[in-house]
Amino acid sequence: MAQFVCRDLSLGYGGGVFISGLNLEVSAGDYLCVIGENGSGKSTLLKTMLGLVPAVRGTVAMGDGIRPREVGYLPQQTAAQRDFPASVREVVLSGCQGRCGLRPFYNGSEKRLAADAMRKMGVGSLAGKCYRELSGGQQQRVLFARALCAAQKALFLDEPVSGLDQQSAAEMYRVLEELNREGLTVVMVSHDVEPALRYASHVLRIGKSVFYGTKQQYAESGEALK
Amino acid sequence: MSGVLDKIVLYWQFPFVRYALVVGVLIALCSSLLGVTLVLKRFSFIGDGLSHVAFGAMAAASVMGLSDDMPVVLAVTVLCAVFLLRTGQNATIRGDAAVAMVSVGSLALGYLMMNVFSTSSNLSGDVCTTLFGSTSILTLTPGDVWLCVVLSVAVAAVFIFFYHKIFAVTFDEDFARATGAKADVYNLIIAVVVAVVIVLAMNLVGSLLISALVIFPALSAMRVFRSFLSVTICSVCLSVACALLGLTTAILAGTPVGSTIVAADMAAFGVFFVLGKVKGGTKG
Repeated sequence: MAQFVCRDLSLGYGGGVFISGLNLEVSAGDYLCVIGENGSGKSTLLKTMLGLVPAVRGTVAMGDGIRPREVGYLPQQTAAQRDFPASVREVVLSGCQGRCGLRPFYNGSEKRLAADAMRKMGVGSLAGKCYRELSGGQQQRVLFARALCAAQKALFLDEPVSGLDQQSAAEMYRVLEELNREGLTVVMVSHDVEPALRYASHVLRIGKSVFYGTKQQYAESGEALK
Repeated sequence: MSGVLDKIVLYWQFPFVRYALVVGVLIALCSSLLGVTLVLKRFSFIGDGLSHVAFGAMAAASVMGLSDDMPVVLAVTVLCAVFLLRTGQNATIRGDAAVAMVSVGSLALGYLMMNVFSTSSNLSGDVCTTLFGSTSILTLTPGDVWLCVVLSVAVAAVFIFFYHKIFAVTFDEDFARATGAKADVYNLIIAVVVAVVIVLAMNLVGSLLISALVIFPALSAMRVFRSFLSVTICSVCLSVACALLGLTTAILAGTPVGSTIVAADMAAFGVFFVLGKVKGGTKG
């Protein structure tokens, strides 16, 4: 069984349904890129797969031995986080929460993991800084580092490069590609279509016409030109 | 100066003064622990709302002639806390409106019940005591003190044990939920602890001033400090210091205990506000 299986999924908001009858399978090591216009329901799909939003109809099942605590998530920033007194280290460490289980404090290996993630995203020197005083791009990289700590088997990203300059965006794609090659499942929502498609193995296009298949099928179908 | 010192030494010999100090410090400690979380979750007013619920429950208990109203008050307040923090996420009536409804409703009903059924000759005095806590902290029995000690230790232990989880749920509930944290359970724990703290604090400052005890230390600490841990530690220290200062002043000068403590908290907020401005100014 695949890691995430969506069966006959309908998504909606406030009574309206904007996706119906969606079938989808994400297996270990897949790199799925979800594209579509603004308001087509990309973020809602992600949230539904993560169990944050109930589906209007249909089911999302997790299989292949993956547990929710092995999933990382990079959400779009909310206003509430922006004035929170928390240091960068505290934010990134909170990504290790799933590994802790009921244990009240973080152990040495989790602290090393957080330090590694911060270094990877180039925010190691900011560890003691206050999260809310960082620039938007720096905050995004901190949240990405936190998602890396949580992602043991799969990583969900909602518009990961929004607010990033080109160099940081390229770096983020490079890190993702490397982790994906090591076997991490990646599900990414993006309106930055071209670079995202360069690395993806599967494509889901939602909106007026729905397409789901491998990148090759997507290229052959001529969907990319629409 | 030595006159003041003599007075303190003299008062210290009375057990009720020692009880008041112990209970005051413990309550200040507990209420400030959760203040940071509540302010950040946009639940600053839940302290106010729940204290009115506790007032309503106390009124109901005294009308029914229960001599020991603590268990009833605690149970009702815990239930309301759970209800309020749940509606915060998904409801037709959201957070602040729900808090306002429950708060005003139980205050009105409580007063109504006391007015209609009360046998006491000094009704406005009773109400005033419940709302402002005037002197009840000075009439504590050893039993009250022990109950307070046990509950405070429990609150502090729960907070320390779940510290990182509370941080995760407060900072980003969606992320915590998506990555497998039992956010509902932690929210429930927060609600129960908040309710316990508020019922405890009613003895000290009365229901009207509890919000001040919950939010002032947290807001003061947030002016100056920048990480969750330092804000939490600072608000606890500040709250305890203000409680000690307020209690001593109240005993020496004969002012109402609750109002004096809150006045001390407000003064501290003023100092920290200026400190924060100065610190922020030098950093540019």
